[in-house]
Amino acid sequence: MSAFIPFQSIAATRRLLRSKELSPVELIEALEQRIAQLDPKIGAYVGRDLETARKEASSADLTKPLGGIPIGIKDAISVAGQPLRSASRILEGYTAPYDSTAVARLRAAGAIPFGRMNMDEFAMGSSTENSAYHPTRNPWDPSRIPGGSSGGSAAAVAAGTALATLGSDTGGSIRQPAALCSCVGLKPTYGRVSRYGLIAFASSLDQIGPLTSTVEDSGILLNAMTGKDPHDSTSLELPDEDFTAEIGRDLKGLRIGIPKEYFVDGMELGVRASVDAAIKQLVSLGAEPVEISLPHTDYAVAVYYIIATAEASANLARFDGVRYGKRSPEAKDLLSLYGKTRAEGFGREVKRRIILGTYVLSSGYYDAYYLRAQKVRTLIRRDFDQAFSKVDAIVSPTSPETAFRFGEKTDDPLKMYLADIFTIATNLAGICGMSIPCGFSNRDGVDLPVGLQLLGRPFGESRLLRIGHAYEQSTDWHNRRPPVG
Amino acid sequence: MATESHHHTIDVPYLARLARLEVTPEEIDIFGPQLGRILDHVEQMNKLDISGIEPTAHAITIFDVIREDTVAESLPKKTILENAPHNANGLFVVPKVLD
Repeated sequence: MSAFIPFQSIAATRRLLRSKELSPVELIEALEQRIAQLDPKIGAYVGRDLETARKEASSADLTKPLGGIPIGIKDAISVAGQPLRSASRILEGYTAPYDSTAVARLRAAGAIPFGRMNMDEFAMGSSTENSAYHPTRNPWDPSRIPGGSSGGSAAAVAAGTALATLGSDTGGSIRQPAALCSCVGLKPTYGRVSRYGLIAFASSLDQIGPLTSTVEDSGILLNAMTGKDPHDSTSLELPDEDFTAEIGRDLKGLRIGIPKEYFVDGMELGVRASVDAAIKQLVSLGAEPVEISLPHTDYAVAVYYIIATAEASANLARFDGVRYGKRSPEAKDLLSLYGKTRAEGFGREVKRRIILGTYVLSSGYYDAYYLRAQKVRTLIRRDFDQAFSKVDAIVSPTSPETAFRFGEKTDDPLKMYLADIFTIATNLAGICGMSIPCGFSNRDGVDLPVGLQLLGRPFGESRLLRIGHAYEQSTDWHNRRPPVG
Repeated sequence: MATESHHHTIDVPYLARLARLEVTPEEIDIFGPQLGRILDHVEQMNKLDISGIEPTAHAITIFDVIREDTVAESLPKKTILENAPHNANGLFVVPKVLD
């Protein structure tokens, strides 16, 4: 019997590895055993390469910060030699020829990329129902969605079938599934982590980040991933920083902003109650609550679905059946090669967004939609600038509701989009944000996880982790386990 | 739903053509009203006075990122062609473009 215990943090597993109570190969094998046993019921994984992982584990360098630690990778992020599909049919048969920078840096820190995590196709969705592979089930209730788009990444961490995973967040795709599955999800500031090797959805909004079982773990992973990358001109050169450095400090003197626009009617009552209690808890830990206003909140969904679809329609133009992925066998000429390949390769939500993005960029509509949205984006950014001149962090629910049932929103895309209301503005403003477990809400007789969202000023991740850690360690939510296995 | 009124109608076949995406009659019927409703929601942006507001293309302001123009290793041609749906003689193959 190995010393592997599911749900252990990276920090704890690292100690076991270093004290030789557990070997990296034993860890991979025990993890694989648990995945094989539980994942058929969850569907978080879309592929694993045990042979390669075992080989990498056998030569793991335990002196490195992540030596021997397996990390699940969202299917939108390149791992050299492994399939990469962004959960789309159009990339069937594609093998990533190189490592994304985030993965290369995790490897340099000793980590082992192990497992491909399910997601909504091209990260478009909030439920992972748009995957071309199979649905992912919420470990807390298999009749419900895990959130999305990084649904597989969140479900695996919550079910203890992964120590930690990478996801990507364009409008909440790390934070919302983390909230719905009860784990920690961190979206770093735009420019913090290189996007090289991440399949682009909306380039001005996308950011890679970790999903973990503790706040400290998210700092440990972020430490290994940041920094300027010559392959991504939007990645930034910043002074070296240990994101776990503030962890353990108390909250005295910190001001937390409570945006009145994020506490409106229509929210699930159990979510409201959990978040209100979490704010009280933060105050009891020494934080000072300050009511703030983010007056342009109501416009965020509209702005987002113009900017994100416009960028997506341009980014997804590269999937044309010529250079990679699937090609329609029906193609007669070049035009039908494009049209048929894309018709067969893309799912419905992706098509919908490509058409909307094409519309808002098309001649005669550009000023009314795209340009106007970019200007309103400026107003949304200013809201946050002004708020952060008064407070150290902003607290809110991550999602106005807990996990919904499969099929509940698939016929009404607008309803699905509006559920992203609390996470979307973060990406438009480029700031950092995280979701941490803060309780449960009884929905239809089932207790489902609630996430507390913490937002920080650009490059304020260390402060965010300090607040998140203090809250986490003063509560028991992160130790609750779902009824699987 | 006949009772719903949409301010926006959207020419799905035209846009799909621009996007090089073939759509079925069923998809046209579904996407049209759905996108119309989304555009109705987007309409609320028009309530805002945006005169004199600069557009934001990127949240974090960065200007003119340039690098040294040096020769560097790129991925081997063979690796790239391995992912191609159809290749021959070190080239991508597509249906005939010119007669």
